Amino acid sequence: MREWNRLGLNKAERMERGAALAQGKVVPPARIGELLAQVIESGDRVCIEGNNQKQADFLASALAGLDPAVVNDLHIVQSVLALPSHLDVFETGVASRLDFSFSGQQSARLARLLSAGQLRIGAIHTYLELFGRYFTDLTPRVSLVCAAAADAQGNLYTGGNTEDTPVIVEATAFRRGIVIAQVNEIVDHVPRVDIPGDWVDFVVQSPRPHYIEPLFTRDPAQISEIQVLMAMMAIKGIYAEYGVKRLNHGIGFDTAAIELLLPTYAESLGLRGKIATHWALNPHPALIPAIEAGFVESVHSFGSELGMEEYIRARPDVFFTGPDGSMRSNRALSQTAGLYACDMFIGSTLQIDLQGNSSTATLGRVSGFGGAPNMGSDARGRRHGTETWLRAGREAGTGTMPRGRKLVVQMVETFREHMAPAFVEKLDAWELAETAGLDLPPVMIYGDDVTHILTEEGIANLLLCQNEQEREQAIRGVAGYTPVGLARDKAMVENLRDRGVIRRPADLGVDPRDATRDLLAARSMKDLVHASGGLYDPPARFRSW
Amino acid sequence: MSSWSEATARQRIAGLLDAGSFIEFLPPERRAVSPHLRELGQPAAFDDGVAVGRGTLDGQTVLIAAQEGAFMGGAVGEVHGAKITGLLERARTERPAAVLLLLESGGVRLHEANAGLIAVSEIMRAVLALRAAGVPVIVLNGGRYGVFGGMGITTCLCDTLIMSEEARLGLSGPEVIETTMGVEEFDAADRALVWRVTGGKNRTILGEATLVADSIDAFRAALVAAMQPKPLTLETLEAEHATLGNRLDRFGDMEDAVDIWAAMGIDNPQRLPLLDTDAFLQAVKGAGA
Amino acid sequence: MERLEFEFAGGKPVAARNKPVLAGVLGSGNLEVLVEPADLKGRVRVEVETAARGFGPIWQAVLTDVFERWKLGNIRISINDAGATPAVVALRLDQALQEYAGGDA
Repeated sequence: MREWNRLGLNKAERMERGAALAQGKVVPPARIGELLAQVIESGDRVCIEGNNQKQADFLASALAGLDPAVVNDLHIVQSVLALPSHLDVFETGVASRLDFSFSGQQSARLARLLSAGQLRIGAIHTYLELFGRYFTDLTPRVSLVCAAAADAQGNLYTGGNTEDTPVIVEATAFRRGIVIAQVNEIVDHVPRVDIPGDWVDFVVQSPRPHYIEPLFTRDPAQISEIQVLMAMMAIKGIYAEYGVKRLNHGIGFDTAAIELLLPTYAESLGLRGKIATHWALNPHPALIPAIEAGFVESVHSFGSELGMEEYIRARPDVFFTGPDGSMRSNRALSQTAGLYACDMFIGSTLQIDLQGNSSTATLGRVSGFGGAPNMGSDARGRRHGTETWLRAGREAGTGTMPRGRKLVVQMVETFREHMAPAFVEKLDAWELAETAGLDLPPVMIYGDDVTHILTEEGIANLLLCQNEQEREQAIRGVAGYTPVGLARDKAMVENLRDRGVIRRPADLGVDPRDATRDLLAARSMKDLVHASGGLYDPPARFRSW
Repeated sequence: MSSWSEATARQRIAGLLDAGSFIEFLPPERRAVSPHLRELGQPAAFDDGVAVGRGTLDGQTVLIAAQEGAFMGGAVGEVHGAKITGLLERARTERPAAVLLLLESGGVRLHEANAGLIAVSEIMRAVLALRAAGVPVIVLNGGRYGVFGGMGITTCLCDTLIMSEEARLGLSGPEVIETTMGVEEFDAADRALVWRVTGGKNRTILGEATLVADSIDAFRAALVAAMQPKPLTLETLEAEHATLGNRLDRFGDMEDAVDIWAAMGIDNPQRLPLLDTDAFLQAVKGAGA
Repeated sequence: MERLEFEFAGGKPVAARNKPVLAGVLGSGNLEVLVEPADLKGRVRVEVETAARGFGPIWQAVLTDVFERWKLGNIRISINDAGATPAVVALRLDQALQEYAGGDA
């Protein structure tokens, strides 16, 4: 007769081997390596909780310390490779296969290991894709997760940086996998239960609190006047034009400038309450002045941001907080909101080609995607209408069946620092795909999803382009003095401008000489602290006091 | 309110002096540029990074120099230094109500080596000569690069220092200390520590500076109140040496400015960095180095 | 470092009484622009010293557009550049020429 509970029986064997090393669920930190060696089997799929911000760093280095003669050929399935230890497992031979979303600071080393043949990559995913695969063909056998606190029963408190924990634990626990959590402290009572204890098999107190990267903090002092200009153009030419209320902003100084212009420039245009009211966004410190000015009704977050804890706690009408007062983030749900419930994504990129495809890939780095492609894509499964979405759909005007469109805006200066052009004939992503042996060039946002390209020279509305040729000239027409821009067909670009496909600052009523840093609601980190009423407490590296 | 730290050197001068009163000596169109930078293949600023001239403040004549921190961190090259020295020497004959030094500088411009070193020492000598002649020399330090190296020493030679919290004053810069003495001695990446130690608040608590908010108006208001010379005699020098010796005895072993503030009896010293200027001045009233 | 020179046909000569104007600072990613009166028979001369080599054609294109907007003559423009992008160059020139020309523009 067929055995229908092989997963459960196998888990029982592992738990029996591991139980001797724990008191109940609690494992002494010194024995974590032994525990991992007992409960992980060669060939397992293992998820190390590597988030955008919070890192299960103690468990990651314990895993990297295993003897490859005992445990090897692991298949790592994790969203973000942020720490050196996340790659050490491939160098030592403990792991050999990888499916992931984003590698950030480890991207150059990942490329080297890849070309040295020390690992094979299944695929580079967006967040939602990878999470989806946790529930289909990439379910972790063992997950090493991260929480702020646990009690003896294994109930976890993940607090502001809940991030990926619920999705990882759910996929693992309900398929008879093993969940091990590192926690900053073991307490009698957790402030709230983010993960129920019976989904968690072991907890270990890490010697140091887990690492958190302040990834979304942008010092207003570094915002340039060109970025102020582009923010003015965005507010007037897109936010006000389409009445964009529900949105996501990418990371970066370009969008931070928009956040800081809401209480000043947007207010002067009478836009409070009419734009930017509902956000899928991490708690950006740069959003504080807009929140205080009454622009923002709600913010749901993928993760938290260091230093924002007390501010969030004091603004429960805006942020999603628990009965204990601290925020609960959730990457999977906020990504879903960004994909289906937002009318606009606006973000920056490194390269845009003549079809409007954009990429942050550079040679020698396998950096992946994160969440931008989920939010920066038209959700073809969407069915509910809003003014913004319907207007964009009308402008796209495809076929007889009425449909809406998400606004997907790429905002770039035509030249990056060191005069690297942002507009190119061919993305570096092509060459990277070839050298790294990827299935596809790593394109962050596909051209057919992009609706607007905004540079200091103007806004190109790609929805209004009637054919490929117009689209190309619309892109060239805002590409400034880059080789791509200089090769424009001037007559055609002027024609596109007459039709409102391209709009220059002057067409929008924006004078570049008005674009000064004086327009920013905060010009320094200290201004942000003051705007928060002293509640925001920036990390030391961002302070000048 | 116009920010001092955001302003350029020329904007600071324009905001500080009576409107339209500034007359620049060696203006940019005279092209008194560094002869060294061109040889090194670097663009050379038309004013070599410092504007000097004469103007009025509340009707009183002052001579003024303003370093541009954005150009090579305000570093002092041969021409740059000569412009400041020339201004100070001119003040001995013109006898203005004060000489205002709007400093923002990492010190000697290393590209110019000995010429830069000599230039800084000439500035120091000219400051002391001018003070001996009874003309007050007032430093305004509010730029984001701070004042370090030879210009840090120069600052300590002047009558009065007006400083914002965002500004810093020191001899060796934080990175230099970390490089030569190790990160255990001073972690230059810990910006909060750097500002606690070198920033305007600590300099004020130690009795070296008058603290003002980061606005040109605030600097101007403090300046108007500070336009008289401080006596420079053997007695005052000995008294200052005694104060500094005493300070070294009391605080020399301490690791962090917060320890010094606690030792001075300031309540809850950890909160000081977060207080705005007025609340801070209230909190440290009566504390003494 | 590279030294570049350009000349433009110019337009309405600006009176020699106008005072020289300096805009911008020579900081990283920035530039300083000095505008002075000069007897150039109505033409405009631009001299650029730049830290970034090999961008002559881009300077030509940026300056051509600037003097499409500013039909001025008898001016000498001197630029020290520390790697400013064309957007910053154009903005700085607009600021300098606005201040220089004043009511004459």
